[in-house]
Amino acid sequence: MAQDETIVLIGEDAPMLRAPLFARFGPARVLAAPISEGAFLGAAAGAAMGGLRPVVELYMVDFIAVALDAVLNQMAKLATFSGGTWPCPVLVRAPSGGGYGDGGQHGQALWGMLAAIPGLTVVVPSTPWDAYGLTATALEHDGPVVLFEPKLLSAEWLQFLGRGSRETVTFDVPPAGAHGDVARGTMVPFGRAAVRRSGNDVTIVSLAVGVHRALEAAERLANDGASCEVVDLRSLRPLDRETIVSSVERTNRLLVVDEDYASFGLAGEVAAVTLEAGLTPQFARVCLDDTLPYARDLEAEALPNVGRIVEAVGRLTT
Amino acid sequence: MRAKALNPLATVGVIIYPGNDTMRADLYHQMLRARAYETAVADLWLRGLVSGEMHLGTGEEAVAAGVVTHLRDGDGLALAHRCSPPLVIRGVSLVPMLRELLGMPDGLGHGRAGHMHLFSRDHLAGSSGIVGASLPMGAGLALAAARLRPECIAVAFTGDGAMNQGMALETLNLAVAWDLPLLVVCIDNAWAITTRSADVMGGDLVARATAFGWRTATVDGTDVDAVHAEAGALIAQLRKRGAPAFLLAHCPRLDGHFLGDPMLRMAKRPLADGRETLGDIAGSVTKAGGGVLDRAGGMLRMASLLVQARAGAERESRGDPVRKARDAMAADRAARDRIERDVREEISAALSVALADVPGGADA
Repeated sequence: MAQDETIVLIGEDAPMLRAPLFARFGPARVLAAPISEGAFLGAAAGAAMGGLRPVVELYMVDFIAVALDAVLNQMAKLATFSGGTWPCPVLVRAPSGGGYGDGGQHGQALWGMLAAIPGLTVVVPSTPWDAYGLTATALEHDGPVVLFEPKLLSAEWLQFLGRGSRETVTFDVPPAGAHGDVARGTMVPFGRAAVRRSGNDVTIVSLAVGVHRALEAAERLANDGASCEVVDLRSLRPLDRETIVSSVERTNRLLVVDEDYASFGLAGEVAAVTLEAGLTPQFARVCLDDTLPYARDLEAEALPNVGRIVEAVGRLTT
Repeated sequence: MRAKALNPLATVGVIIYPGNDTMRADLYHQMLRARAYETAVADLWLRGLVSGEMHLGTGEEAVAAGVVTHLRDGDGLALAHRCSPPLVIRGVSLVPMLRELLGMPDGLGHGRAGHMHLFSRDHLAGSSGIVGASLPMGAGLALAAARLRPECIAVAFTGDGAMNQGMALETLNLAVAWDLPLLVVCIDNAWAITTRSADVMGGDLVARATAFGWRTATVDGTDVDAVHAEAGALIAQLRKRGAPAFLLAHCPRLDGHFLGDPMLRMAKRPLADGRETLGDIAGSVTKAGGGVLDRAGGMLRMASLLVQARAGAERESRGDPVRKARDAMAADRAARDRIERDVREEISAALSVALADVPGGADA
């Protein structure tokens, strides 16, 4: 914000949630929004048309439901409708996902739905390094970007939404996702997956919290003699098809681990990518099959977890 | 900031018409340009050269001219699905607009947008086919103006039907909360697609805007002088950073919701165009089930809709804003004749360029 005066931050509770920025840049650049996503996401599109670079914070991606028009019909289509002359540089920050007992309207992932939209960039970091690097790239990108922020990887969100200062509540937080270095100025490009673990028997394609669950499962499976490769997509649109295909070419077994809904989404898309490349891998998916339940034990079972991944790899390798 | 002229024929200069009242002449000129453009588009649509729905802004010319002639470079313009009159009057080149409708690669949106999605970055003007979306878009353009361009504003055109949309109502709040230099021009043609607005609206629109803290005005949207004066006052205050302003302008909808509007066809030619639907209704109303009063209520409502649709769509009626503006020029026949000749020449030149390589385009 110091370097680019066109950046404005818009969000419900922005002055409180981003108090240091509010104190530094004031109310004209850190705008407190009413609980009115339809208006302020739509206004962000208009503001980008007018020369600003809005960063819009949703409390949770679930709430994009009341403002989808701004993303689907306005931001994502401006470049096409204007014959490529008018970009729409909006960064939408979208905290996402469950694992802290907030129920089915506050714990969804929904990236598959958004990544289906041409004209959007959709990125999902699983580490602080990528969160920083993808944000930096997004702030120089000429189009609309939705940056997912897995809440389970954010101590700040967990404290704010789930713990509320109670010491009696715990979460299954993957340490490598929640803490780690960032390198100032180091950007992470869109459309580039990261191979987090190399292996020869099964390709596990995942993202966000799922990557850490997959890595833990792969470690356990290695003891049983199954060698898993773990691909962290990081970016859904654009999608790094090459990395997926080159891994599956070797393993010929594909497991997608995704905390978004199982049907009509990312898991099917990744399978389609391999089929279009002429591969016919054995395929399985560990995703969210139903409305995310509230009770902690039911939620833990509904989300992709180490046990379900180990079991699915077992099915693929026997 | 103005568009570079892609075609000199389509460039809008500020033509000063000599005569008793240059402002009146200029407004009539702009209204006539918008009407002539839409008339040409209707012809292309009827000939099958333009696909999809076609929502004309015929009947809205006085509102468009009375408001848009106040805009300057750096002002934003957010439009709805009847976006042509404001864009024509704002000075967007006619040939790329027509080429877009014809689906050509050198159209305004390279043939990928269509008539509801016309954008001109040079004019900070955008449109949307989603009812209500022009309000948040306008709010955003106003936010950018407030930060980047002192004394610039944004104008959002919308309709009465759109004011029941969530994002429109949310924007009534947001623009006041953020103190945005936004003028919302609500063109009230009393219709929400084929439903009478009054039948589906609670309260009235000016009271709504007032309740949210907007400065409001109501104007006869067929009287271009009145619109021009009222919009001028509101915009002048906005440039000095007053509260957002809401202008309600009543005007007719001369060509139905869209060209080929089945309700309008049925109203105008019940025997030729309404036979099938009327037959279905007759067949249904005689079947068992449904109370007598319900049937009577339904039939009466249908009949009243058709009568109102027909009454509102009489071209050259006293409510036609272009005719009114023309009548107002009666004292200055020479200026009027020149304007009409200029507009005929401009539209015909734009059409001949736009249609030059379009199959079937030369048949006019």
